[in-house]
Amino acid sequence: MSVTDLAITDRPRPKGAAFDPVFKWVCAAAATTLLAALTGIVVLLAIGGWPALSKFGLSFFTSTDWNPVTDVFGGEGPIVGTLVTSFMALLFSLPIAFGVAVFLVEFCPRILRRPIGVAVELLAGVPSIVYGMWGLFVFAPFFATYVEVPAMSAAQPGSLLEMLTQGVPNGANILTASIVLAIMILPYMAAVLRELFLTVPVQLRESGYGMGSTTLEVVTSITLPYVRRSAVGAVMLGLGRALGETMAVTFIIGNSHTLPKSFFDSGSTIASTIANEFNEATTPMYTSALIALGFVLFLISFVVLAIARALLGSEKAV
Amino acid sequence: MLKRLTAVACAALALGAAGAAKADISGAGATFPAPVYAKWAETYKAQTHSQLNYQAIGSGGGIKQIEAKTVDFGASDKPLKPDVLAANGLMQFPTVVGGVVPIMNLPGIKPGQIHMTGAVLGSIYLGEIKKWNDPQIAALNRGVPLPNLPITVVHRSDGSGTSFLFTTYLSMKNPTWSSKVGGNDSVQWPTGLGGKGNDGVAAFVKQTLGSIGYVEYAYAKQNHMTYALMQNKQGAFVSPDANNFAAAAGHGDWSKAPGFYLLLLDQPGAASWPITGATFILMHTQQANADTGASVLKFFDWAYKNGDAAAASLDYVTLPAPVKAMVRKAWVAQVKGPNGQPVYVSH
Repeated sequence: MSVTDLAITDRPRPKGAAFDPVFKWVCAAAATTLLAALTGIVVLLAIGGWPALSKFGLSFFTSTDWNPVTDVFGGEGPIVGTLVTSFMALLFSLPIAFGVAVFLVEFCPRILRRPIGVAVELLAGVPSIVYGMWGLFVFAPFFATYVEVPAMSAAQPGSLLEMLTQGVPNGANILTASIVLAIMILPYMAAVLRELFLTVPVQLRESGYGMGSTTLEVVTSITLPYVRRSAVGAVMLGLGRALGETMAVTFIIGNSHTLPKSFFDSGSTIASTIANEFNEATTPMYTSALIALGFVLFLISFVVLAIARALLGSEKAV
Repeated sequence: MLKRLTAVACAALALGAAGAAKADISGAGATFPAPVYAKWAETYKAQTHSQLNYQAIGSGGGIKQIEAKTVDFGASDKPLKPDVLAANGLMQFPTVVGGVVPIMNLPGIKPGQIHMTGAVLGSIYLGEIKKWNDPQIAALNRGVPLPNLPITVVHRSDGSGTSFLFTTYLSMKNPTWSSKVGGNDSVQWPTGLGGKGNDGVAAFVKQTLGSIGYVEYAYAKQNHMTYALMQNKQGAFVSPDANNFAAAAGHGDWSKAPGFYLLLLDQPGAASWPITGATFILMHTQQANADTGASVLKFFDWAYKNGDAAAASLDYVTLPAPVKAMVRKAWVAQVKGPNGQPVYVSH
């Protein structure tokens, strides 16, 4: 036995050392609880949805026949509605989020930076039911009067515009739902994009400016390429939120289970369908069909977030 | 410090125990009667110091909760059939009556100016009648300037007892509706858009020219919506108001309705509003705890005796006295404690 070994073992252990393993286990338990809860949710959704999924098979995804009276359920309407509204919301909010982020990083005078940042955060903090009420009572009538009616009156019979704008001009349709969704996911995407832009090394941007680049050139050829992958991840996070948004959509999408035929047609999303019908789903098959929809939504969100993670992760590895 | 915490915890436990001993009763279910149950509970608490907790989670939820025995009573706008009651060991009884009212948004049309029949309403909701100046609507409304507007159908997006009454009524009056759609608390709507809750439907109707929807009477009244007169079984066109709901309730023959399974739809009588329905309370016939069962029945007995004015002030219609007497008899006959004795003692 060497002298140094002796010195280590002889030293009295610090007082709290005995608790360290306990602390470690408490933390480990917290982490595994989360994992177990997640697994539990997936398993329960799968079990709960199994009767519907096994009975209707593929037609659960390809049929719009959603009939609680005859207990026949096809979820194509809500599934397609979820994807369409979420992607449209993304399409609307991405340019604005990008503009907010670039402005805050590149142009914003120091004095305005905080107010705008706070405004973006406040927007993120508004409960979704408030967006729903606003959408139903304020935005929908406004949209009907100033967008839908003019668009529908301007459409020539038989034209493409007429096809895209057919419906009831009352503001309850997939387009207004998408716009409200876009407003809701905007703050998240703007905040993440801003953080990303700030990760671009100052030297890189400064050298761009030093070579005489305009701001536009710096943004397009230095900032964007640098954060490209992570930016896609940020977008996916926004998409993930749009997919699961419930109350605001429920109020203004019109809640019909058919496939939306135009921008001004009503539709439904998975989350809105579950919120609407779960309370009163009295037959076991009805409940199962709603849980199966929940399972599908979980899968869609999971895939989206997995892609986001993969893209964000690969950025760090490079 | 630890001592103090323990003392506080003990005090809290003691409080909890004391609270539980004071015969709190819990119920869950239909949203439609929730305001009147809340008002009754408030007055009842002031008089007897017994607390009633009622969760308005929807009729379907109420049925599930009472079947799972998580509450002392369930509440549903949709009565359960006698065989379903028997299978689950439940009994039901009606509390108050309400009506479903078709509302519309038509320029230049005053409330009560439009006359409507169940069959035509069914065709509108099927999407067969697409314009307000359709000959079938015009035939019912001679002299009324019907606009050449497309009809926008608005229905409930959430499952609801209101939809149950409305669609069941359409099934009775319109054979195509009966075969294609049927009556249920949520159905596959052939056309139109769905608003969440009565307020969602009312909002869409208000915002959409040429729309038609249906809401509970209180909503139509409080929002001053343009309502339609409906043709009843005797062919008379009646307006939706409390007297006409009461007329329908009075014509309902509860004595021939086993398990109080009675829909007040399309009742005879010159004044009867055709889309009327009672809302129900569900209880287990075998009460595990006789005291709890007795407390629940005591509350509703009190409400039958003292709650009519409160119900009327909230635009509900109360039950005729003979029906209440029948319900009390049913309590004695059906709700038993663990010893097999009725838990309800008439006062």
